[in-house]
Amino acid sequence: MSGVPGLAAIWSRRKIPLAWLLLTRQPARLAVALAGISFAGILMFMQFGFRDGLFDASVTVHKLFDADLVLISPRSSSSVSMAGFPRRRLVQTLADPDVAGITPVHWNLVIWRNPKDLSTRSILALGFEPGDPLFTDPGLAAKAKVLNQRGRVLFDELSRPEFGPVAEWFREGRTVESEIGGKRVRVGGLVGLGVSFGADGNILTSSETYQHLLPNTPPGSIEVGLIRLRPGSDPAVVIERLKNSLPKDVNVFTKQGFMDFEKDYWRSSTAIGFIFTLGAAMGFIVGCVIVYQILYSDVSDHLPEYATLMAMGYRLPTLLGVVAREGLLLALLGYLPAYAAGQGLYSLVRSATRLPVYMDTPRAVLVFSLILVMCMGSAGMAMRRLGDADPAEIF
Amino acid sequence: MVEVEGLCHWYGSGEMRRQVLQQVNLTIQPGEVVLLTGPSGCGKTTLLTLVGALRQVQQGHVRVLGQDLNGSNRRQRQQLRQRIGMIFQGHNLLRCLSAEQNVQMGSDLLPNLGYRARRDQAREWLRAVGLGDHLDKLPHGLSGGQKQRVAIARALAAHPRLLLADEPTAALDKQSGREVVDLLKRLAREQHCAVLMVTHDPRILDVADRLVQMEDGRLIAAPVPEPEPAL
Repeated sequence: MSGVPGLAAIWSRRKIPLAWLLLTRQPARLAVALAGISFAGILMFMQFGFRDGLFDASVTVHKLFDADLVLISPRSSSSVSMAGFPRRRLVQTLADPDVAGITPVHWNLVIWRNPKDLSTRSILALGFEPGDPLFTDPGLAAKAKVLNQRGRVLFDELSRPEFGPVAEWFREGRTVESEIGGKRVRVGGLVGLGVSFGADGNILTSSETYQHLLPNTPPGSIEVGLIRLRPGSDPAVVIERLKNSLPKDVNVFTKQGFMDFEKDYWRSSTAIGFIFTLGAAMGFIVGCVIVYQILYSDVSDHLPEYATLMAMGYRLPTLLGVVAREGLLLALLGYLPAYAAGQGLYSLVRSATRLPVYMDTPRAVLVFSLILVMCMGSAGMAMRRLGDADPAEIF
Repeated sequence: MVEVEGLCHWYGSGEMRRQVLQQVNLTIQPGEVVLLTGPSGCGKTTLLTLVGALRQVQQGHVRVLGQDLNGSNRRQRQQLRQRIGMIFQGHNLLRCLSAEQNVQMGSDLLPNLGYRARRDQAREWLRAVGLGDHLDKLPHGLSGGQKQRVAIARALAAHPRLLLADEPTAALDKQSGREVVDLLKRLAREQHCAVLMVTHDPRILDVADRLVQMEDGRLIAAPVPEPEPAL
């Protein structure tokens, strides 16, 4: 302390921590308040977590692409309805000096037959040249070699179990064969991608196999074009150049823009955002009511004491500050258990639903801000009660 | 110290308007102990709240510690109250604070003093009122007389030049009431602090330097009774 005279001076100017003592000397009331705030916080964490997790889940595969820019057809509206565009548009981008490499990708939902119970279900199939970089994960290149054989697929072991015990069987060393669109395929390896909104599972194939499985695909047509830029180039500038040079039959996105495009589709075409935001709002309101009740009755119970302090010469703003500090302390103390419980519940949700729900900083800050607003707003309302403290009435 | 001239006060408005103080004149010298007695409802407490800057003066002239209270604003009254010690009928201690912390709420009003100095002063005052062994007790763990002594320590901790007390012995039995007023008087003397005490406890009238009686909003001077012979 002695080394920091400014802090030492502030420390020695401190007063009796009245707000803290008011709260902690009534442990039952404090426990109720903290339980209420934590509950509201947990509710908000869960609702926002589900909402963001569902939206994030829509871009599980998008995230993996090794691309700086992405070309798609303007007729594509989402991952479940991708339209084709001429492959030569992607090749044309190589003319740009900043484009380092491209990967044409076929993308469509196909019908997969469960090899165990023979039921069918739609699965996302991605077709690419096995030598091309597709995902940022460097492990894929080695696995992709097997795709050079026709009729081989890489199966996503994170796919939902409804597609059959493919991964188990494969790991046991069995030959796993199935049908796609009535054509025989053999599982040549496993990858880990993850399920998304539009697809309960994924398989990877070579372009050749893809054409074989979906013979109606027009030759020279692809659904997604991945573009990699030279290090140091500015994606925004390249996008402008490509937009000007390419015909209007393709759209150019950054990788992030491609993901936002997908998320926006689910955001605008489903009620998910509304439902979960409403759920969070309920938590917020419940929290407000609880904190307001607690603080209001706290102020009411101590009204003669506040009036005494005013009679002693304490300023009204000082006393309002006590109530405000009570609100702040409640927010801090109530947030911590909510945060801890949120972490635990997120991992529970992850294991139960495979949704990518993580405690990220923006959400942690958002929920804390809401709890802070909740507590300070309630403190502000409870402060009006202090106006009733008339020091002349206590004699 | 305190000069009151031609003070009149009314409660209510319109038809219900009722005069509680009529042409009150009162002067208190520094260090003087003045007791104000009279039947309940005669306006004693109103006079106390006016002198204590807790109420706006309506008519007449009140001057306390060199400050005119006519036309004073909230802020001026609040600042003046910091220099006036107040002791209430109930002890009005903060329930969630220990004895020491309650007294420190008084010394916390002193400017330019470090936390340690203010805490040490609070302890000093509690020792002065004979509660050196009860520093950390909460009010509900103290007897009525002890609580009132904490209240005295709290009132004196802000170094007031004037102490106002409203029936400080009302809730106490004879012996602890006696102890409390004796203590109050002794400490006020040591601090050269004037005291204006409202009471209708006849057992303590002898502590007064001067006795003032009030009836129907008017003051009547009264002789100070002889100290009770020791029993």
